[in-house]
Amino acid sequence: MINSYNELQDSHIDVLREIGNIGAGNAATSLSVLLDESVTISIPNVKVEGYDNVVRAIGEPEDLAIAILVNFHGDVRGTVLFILPFEDAKLITQMLVGIEKTDDHFLSEMKISTIKEFGNILGSSYLGSIASLTGLNFDISVPYAAIDMLGALLAAPVIEFGAFDSKIMFIEETFSTEERKLNSHVILFADMPSLNKIMTRLGLEI
Amino acid sequence: MSENVLVGISDFKTAKKPDVLVTYALGSCVGICLIDSDTGVGGMSHIMLPDSGIKKNAGVSDRMKFADTAIGDLVNDLTRAGARKENLKAKIAGGADMFNFDGESFISTIGKRNVDAVREQLGNLGIPILSEDVGENYGRTLHFDLATGGVTVNSIGKDSNEI
Repeated sequence: MINSYNELQDSHIDVLREIGNIGAGNAATSLSVLLDESVTISIPNVKVEGYDNVVRAIGEPEDLAIAILVNFHGDVRGTVLFILPFEDAKLITQMLVGIEKTDDHFLSEMKISTIKEFGNILGSSYLGSIASLTGLNFDISVPYAAIDMLGALLAAPVIEFGAFDSKIMFIEETFSTEERKLNSHVILFADMPSLNKIMTRLGLEI
Repeated sequence: MSENVLVGISDFKTAKKPDVLVTYALGSCVGICLIDSDTGVGGMSHIMLPDSGIKKNAGVSDRMKFADTAIGDLVNDLTRAGARKENLKAKIAGGADMFNFDGESFISTIGKRNVDAVREQLGNLGIPILSEDVGENYGRTLHFDLATGGVTVNSIGKDSNEI
């Protein structure tokens, strides 16, 4: 059993990278169907970092962003977080629900609902692939969304998963699309007992 | 020349006027600004969690994470830097609930519990809170000007608020 994120070795990181690959690959397929455009995903970054560096891995603390967050709990526990630059979120909602005025810093209720649903679909495909790969059972929460400074948005998972550790493990990937130049991040957080279970199911002796 | 002194997440720093202590994008975390106006010595703490009781054997860096350990440690650093403890005054900001989570969970109530723990700790230390900007559902960046003792709170889509 590994007790702390700090103790993760390269062999563990490789397995976690594979989790990210499969989860985000599946989510990218869903995204591509929603947008009717091909979606490229980056190689997964599996990182164990201090709190400030979790934010720096995505952007600057005061960057305006939209976060959609889905929690999962059951055999394993964690959070999938999608981070979209504000302009990208606007573009996605405009494509899905049409164009409205008054989009300065915030989106209308309908657009927020749309963006939540968007996160729900992507989160479910990310997590569904992990469930079928590992045979683990877990429930997925309703989607939550917020528009604010990147640092303030990331604080929620950072606090939840950093409470017992001085560092945090996260699996980060970037989705991008050629045509509309969308650029969004998906990040998976899970607590260490959950990571132990996932890695064991994937054949790693821990 | 005044310098900006950056305070990270789970961090605290001390400085002296005319420097400005800065912390970015507080969500449910709380920023605690302390100053002795006579000497211009002040400090800022950026805490993540209310109570170190959840973690056994908290190390030095961990102590900056929790309201119950960080504030006392910052006060000790401030007195070492020349502040008089009985002169210290506080201003606090942060403690939001960014996602309006349903129900009562560890994370849905963390902002409020952080603010409560900060108030309690300052009360125990006998440090009065002059003003605050806490709760709600938005992020806050703080600039704490040690020359004036003013704290400027910046949020997205809102006018900046001097507390």
